[in-house]
Amino acid sequence: MPFRRSEAGPREWIDRHRTVHFTFEGTRYVAFAGDTITSALQANGVQLLGRSFKYHRPRGALSMANHDVNALFTTADDTNVRGDVTPVTDALDVRPVNVSGSLARDAHRHLDRLGRFLPAGFYYKAFHKPRWLFPYWERLIRRRAGLGTVDSAWTPRRRPKRYGYCDVLVVGGGPAGLQAALGAAEASLDVLLVDENPHLGGSLDYEWVTDPAAPAQRDELMEAVAASPAIRVLTSAVALGFYTDHWVPVSTPEGIIKVRARGVVLATGVIEQPAVFRNNDLPGVLMASAAQRLLHRFGVQACERAVLQVNNPEGFAAAEDLRRGGVELQAVVASGPGVQKADAAALVDAGVPVHFGWAIVEAHGDGAVAAATIAPVDAGGVPDQTHARRIDCDGVVSSAGWGPAGHLLYQAGGRFSYDDTLEMPVPVAWPDTVVPAGRMNGVFSLASQRDDGRDAAGRLAAALAGGPVSDPMSNRDTRAHATPWPVVPHPKGRDFVDLDEDLQYKDLIQGAREGFDNVELLKRFTTVGMGPSQGKHSNLNAFRILARYLGQGMDETGTTTARPMYHPVRLEDLAGRRMRPWRETPVQAWHGEHGGFLMESGEWERPSFYGEEADAQQVIASEVTAVRTGVGIIDVSTLGKIEVLGPDAATLLDGSYTMRQGNLRAGLTRYALRTDDTGVIVDDGVVGRLAEDHYYLTATSSHAEGTYQTLTRHALEWGLDVHVVNRTGQLGALNLTGPLSRRVLEPLVDVDLSEAALPRLGMTDARVCGEWARLLRVGFVGELGYEIHAPAGTMARIWDALMDAGAPLGIRPFGVDTQRVLRLEKGHIIVGQDTDGLTNPFEAAMPWAVHLKKPWFVGRPALAHLKGAEQRKLVRFVMAADSSAPLPRESHLVIRDGTIAGRVTSIARSPTLGRPIGLAMVDRDLAEAGQALAIRGDGGRMLAAEVVTETFYDPDGLRQNADAPEVTP
Amino acid sequence: MQQLDCPIIGRRPISEFVYGGEVRRPPPGDAPLADVADHAFNRTGQPTVLREWWFHRPTGRWFVLERNTLSNVVERVVPPQEVAYAIPTL
Repeated sequence: MPFRRSEAGPREWIDRHRTVHFTFEGTRYVAFAGDTITSALQANGVQLLGRSFKYHRPRGALSMANHDVNALFTTADDTNVRGDVTPVTDALDVRPVNVSGSLARDAHRHLDRLGRFLPAGFYYKAFHKPRWLFPYWERLIRRRAGLGTVDSAWTPRRRPKRYGYCDVLVVGGGPAGLQAALGAAEASLDVLLVDENPHLGGSLDYEWVTDPAAPAQRDELMEAVAASPAIRVLTSAVALGFYTDHWVPVSTPEGIIKVRARGVVLATGVIEQPAVFRNNDLPGVLMASAAQRLLHRFGVQACERAVLQVNNPEGFAAAEDLRRGGVELQAVVASGPGVQKADAAALVDAGVPVHFGWAIVEAHGDGAVAAATIAPVDAGGVPDQTHARRIDCDGVVSSAGWGPAGHLLYQAGGRFSYDDTLEMPVPVAWPDTVVPAGRMNGVFSLASQRDDGRDAAGRLAAALAGGPVSDPMSNRDTRAHATPWPVVPHPKGRDFVDLDEDLQYKDLIQGAREGFDNVELLKRFTTVGMGPSQGKHSNLNAFRILARYLGQGMDETGTTTARPMYHPVRLEDLAGRRMRPWRETPVQAWHGEHGGFLMESGEWERPSFYGEEADAQQVIASEVTAVRTGVGIIDVSTLGKIEVLGPDAATLLDGSYTMRQGNLRAGLTRYALRTDDTGVIVDDGVVGRLAEDHYYLTATSSHAEGTYQTLTRHALEWGLDVHVVNRTGQLGALNLTGPLSRRVLEPLVDVDLSEAALPRLGMTDARVCGEWARLLRVGFVGELGYEIHAPAGTMARIWDALMDAGAPLGIRPFGVDTQRVLRLEKGHIIVGQDTDGLTNPFEAAMPWAVHLKKPWFVGRPALAHLKGAEQRKLVRFVMAADSSAPLPRESHLVIRDGTIAGRVTSIARSPTLGRPIGLAMVDRDLAEAGQALAIRGDGGRMLAAEVVTETFYDPDGLRQNADAPEVTP
Repeated sequence: MQQLDCPIIGRRPISEFVYGGEVRRPPPGDAPLADVADHAFNRTGQPTVLREWWFHRPTGRWFVLERNTLSNVVERVVPPQEVAYAIPTL
């Protein structure tokens, strides 16, 4: 049997028939299945488990309750693994964190001696002057800060987040939680019971094990819960936080479950609080409940010869447990309102020296506890050092008091108040549907905890049924369970209040003295409660210290905010699975099969061009030439496609767009520009009229949904008789364009394509390849072109037919990047690229698109004032054709007199014009024809450009005539 | 996550909704600059019962709620006719 293993107990979590072998710092150890890293090491006599964050002091087990942040480890899979709760498995290779070299010979262990030069606030004060040295200090400190090391070769595990639903979520599987779950189930409610431990039972498994009546009650509760069909149980599951409307994410080993409950019972229990005395952080100093957990769950003795500090009845019971478990109790010191001599009867009878009115004032030892000094304390907790006595021991166990695990109740809007009888904060107000129960609620005896759980479930059931909710029964205990002052400051310090952050008593006093004497300020200045345990062991003592310093009550002193998450969560669990659906156009497969180089474009993946990335410029140029001289085809199915029907259709569009749409003739389309209340451009597209009461319009790919939302809202706002139908997904669309496009399309349609029958900007319904389709003669790229909109189911067939028909004419598919060059040659803007969140149509050089003759449209009130008041303007510019210098890029700055005078919004080498062309948003006075622009390119190189006013390509739009001879430019 | 009662299909998570802001009347087309700026940039910030536009994306519907912005309690679903106004046309 390993070193400190006790006799088998009734509630053990370990399986003594199955051994596992693991290594720690390269040494091989044996443990039992069910052991945690800490219990296994402790059983092997290894007490030194970690080094503290700041001073690299030796540390060991403290709580065994998932809060031991000085016993963090790195394994092959993970870092900052909590040793007190993480099971050892066969062949697990465990290493310590925050250590250079080995734990015992940590290279930074001497930092401890520098401690007095590193007081609270040291970093704030020390490193900001001189300023030029700060980067040096920052690098140095960053290297030293942090605990475990992240393995950058780590493979993320994608664990989808799941959803859970229940009527009642019970958090905590101790006596109160078990009883509450049964109570809710009896009220015909569907119950989910979660507990962070691998087994239900809570304190029944460690605190009540030797109580004569408890085992039978435990069995009864566990059997009833297991037998109830209305109760689902999740173990090893941490309720991470409470969000609005009973939304509680629960962290499980398989990932996060987002639980939506109708009501919640919080039976989260209490967290034992450490006693503060000199060297209270030495390995071997631990809390009584931790010693009980080690003993009863893992069959491990925390030590052989112990000195105990007891401040409550639970402490005496724990002392008796340890004594019966074989620990020699060298001395028990007991003081404060939580101590009644009768509680110590069993210990006194057994001959244990119990010192009433005494406390531990110091622990001694080099790397582990070797002795403790005890002394009498007065009513205020001040020790009488003249009677101090030093006692040899290898363990110091304290039971100073409890803090409620009230985080979720705080988050649910509950309030706590300090109970002067119990000497702990207890809930005093909570929502009817989020109810505390058990020890967190100040209820301590086993019978009372069960009553409290039953009562909580009953009140919650009443609230969920919509009935009146009775006042809570008073199950709270009527005696103290803590000392109000578990602090014995030592002149030489090392009396730790926060073991996560290495904060001593004097650090808190210093912070308060420097004026940070509000709890929230003190927290930020000293960082108390900001370590990995988030104050679970330090906040209550820090509040006690601040309250005493200020000479005021605990409630006046207040508490810090208990934000979610309650417990650290793996980032990969928070990330979950990528839940972004892609949309595919009806021609998506074709692009993939024909070398489309796909780029992410909102929720779509669109071909940038068709070819290899390495040849991009060349391919784009050849696609441009194909469109300008022959015929090209592009998939524009991502366009927003909206049908507007009804007598008020014209009013809706006149009010929503800057241009008049009400006077549009049936069979024609018109450019459509949408602005917001401030006159800023939001979107553009094309509005077409099919009949007096029937319009069809397009919106840009990224604003399809937004345009639909805006139009439907305006229809209601303006009380219009109109229907708006979003056909974006139902219809596909392509643009067949180029001088040869009519020749390709003509044989496949049942309509006349002549300029007279389907003029430029015309729109008509037609049959293409025998299928219903809508033809729009629009010219974004500046050539004769036909947008063909057709149901998604027929789009691929039409596409294929056009490719076949165009093959003899050299038809080329082209991508979005090519389209951008084509439209730039034509000087057309792209909303969001050539405009930003402040650009109005006048700045975008589109005054023609604003019809101020209309008495009102969205943006008109602002645009009426903005006309003529533009500070900047979008201009076209050209650059020298022969320049071999790299082009400026989008967002490169236009510089005048050393200051910023604009920026490039679009730029490309125009294959058609044979020179670089672009758009830039520049200061208004630079927007004159012939104005020279200096653009700062890559590496600060200044490049010359010239403003031009005329459209780069085909300014008169002659090439968009359907009857024009098919010539090449 | 917070929930909101969709008047059409009942209680749904807030992520399904788009907030459309307070129900307001825009200024007339020839309003003075101060009124335009006030409408464009100022919002009701103090806690009160606000009439608000909400859009439920899965059903594609807008609706108007009276919501107490302090308690977050929805007090009434407002028929859109109650907030509709005519816009001037040519």
